Amino acid sequence: MTGRDLAAPMVLSSWERRFPAEGRARLLLLLPALGFLLLVFAYPLWSIVVRSVTDPQPGFGHYVQIATVDVYLRVFSSTFSLALTVTLATFVLGYPVAYALARSRGLLQAILVMLVLLPFWTSLLVRTYAWMVILGRYGVVNKTLMALGLTDEPIRLLHTGLATHIGMVHILLPFMILPIWSVMARIDPALLMAARSLGASQLSAFVRVYFPLTLPGVLAGGLFVFILALGFYITPALLGGPSDLTISMLIAQQVSELLAWGFASALAVTLLVVTLVVILLAGRLLGTEKIWEGLK
Amino acid sequence: MSADREWESLGRLPQLLLYGACGLVLLFLMAPIFIVIPISFSDSLYLDFPPRGFSLQWYRRFLDSEEWTAAFWTSLQAGILATLLACALGTAAALGLARSRFPGKTLVVGFLVSPMIVPVIVLAIALYAVYAKMKLVGSLFGLVLAHAALGLPFVIVTVSATLQRVDERLEHAALSLGATPLKAFRHVLFPLIRPGMIAGAVFAFIASWDDVVIALFISGTRSATLPKRMWEGLRSEIDPTIAAVSTLLVALSVALMLVVELLRRRSARLAASAQYAEG
Repeated sequence: MTGRDLAAPMVLSSWERRFPAEGRARLLLLLPALGFLLLVFAYPLWSIVVRSVTDPQPGFGHYVQIATVDVYLRVFSSTFSLALTVTLATFVLGYPVAYALARSRGLLQAILVMLVLLPFWTSLLVRTYAWMVILGRYGVVNKTLMALGLTDEPIRLLHTGLATHIGMVHILLPFMILPIWSVMARIDPALLMAARSLGASQLSAFVRVYFPLTLPGVLAGGLFVFILALGFYITPALLGGPSDLTISMLIAQQVSELLAWGFASALAVTLLVVTLVVILLAGRLLGTEKIWEGLK
Repeated sequence: MSADREWESLGRLPQLLLYGACGLVLLFLMAPIFIVIPISFSDSLYLDFPPRGFSLQWYRRFLDSEEWTAAFWTSLQAGILATLLACALGTAAALGLARSRFPGKTLVVGFLVSPMIVPVIVLAIALYAVYAKMKLVGSLFGLVLAHAALGLPFVIVTVSATLQRVDERLEHAALSLGATPLKAFRHVLFPLIRPGMIAGAVFAFIASWDDVVIALFISGTRSATLPKRMWEGLRSEIDPTIAAVSTLLVALSVALMLVVELLRRRSARLAASAQYAEG
């Protein structure tokens, strides 16, 4: 501590103690971004919150409707189960890839990284389009099946729940692989050696030592995939059937086809709140630091 | 990174299973891209895989269509302007956050990165409602603002991460040697955080370039972006022009990905040599 620091608390107001002078000028740098987001981000969101309880008449009618009418409850529960299935599938498919990435070295690792990153960087619309081509009536899958004589006429694959699942797993898989890999890369394999030298089999060293250490990555990836999947619109709209409505599709439909702004706003607020609750719960249960650690 | 640490070798069977499973998953990840690219060079009039002959007809059709090229320019303009705006606001905010402590900092950071986690359809209809009142629907200005909000968190996150690795003493040294704060920033801090800014800029550009949902609602029919135009094409009939556009987009993704990878390697190398110099 310098002399200035020792003398300071006597004369500084609590404001000055909390915002030291050189820091205060720095904090001004935050203002443009904060102001911008308040205008372009917070204000529009706030205005739909207001609209959801005032349009067409004041009250919580829209929310009561969402919570009680069967059709809407079903859309919410099917979106949740879609998001959950997709999250589990990306975990099952992604974990071995992350593990292979962590174990490999040099050129092999560089190639594996590129193979994961290229789809990650490719536009979501391009990838959804590719699945339309693959799963279409005369698409790659159907042509192959017919050429092999496994079926005489094309099977309906596109515009089904299955197509939505496949497309979403494909798009979200890198979001699972990358956080798991990033945690794995920081685990010292010597820990496994230690477990082995203490008599653990290779399998039990993996299950009891390695896997628990990778959990922050799995949870971060899982949280990321789950909340992204909850809000998916484009992929289910293009690949799914008319009966596989997600919350996002319902919101878009209410706005652009029915002009039911009040109800659409209520649905949007509900989706937003649900997403935030999932994130807060995950942060509370697992610790925010752990999740951040996984996302780095 | 545990680059040089030893792994116990797996038995033959587990190794086969691991790399076999990994290969299948990577095939699943890559297959769609490898199917779209050949289709775009097909000479037939409808979707055909594998294509029978080679032609550039779909690329020609893309270049000849005013609708498609106009959409391309709209996307490019919105992407570049939104990236510049996000970079300016985001870098300033990251500098403000670095090494400062104040009550409620976690909340402020949470707010600044929250455009990343809000479901995009929610933001889209919220902006649509506000823009409709302010007559901003269909304007490039409105699109740029919305896309800059999407890109801002990426710039803040990448620049903050770079700032964490910058030695504070360098800036203090410059200041104590008589540099003005602005000069210290330009000649000392800026070159050090530039890789983070470029990476953030690439992410911000991608956020704008790939956005479908917001553009769907707020970029009117005449000023449609490329993804919006593609979406409309996909909803009506599957036109192989989209395969040509997709291939161009994949090429762009590869280029941007390489830029970010090179930056990441360079900064990792710099960090390693800095550690070596210190220790």
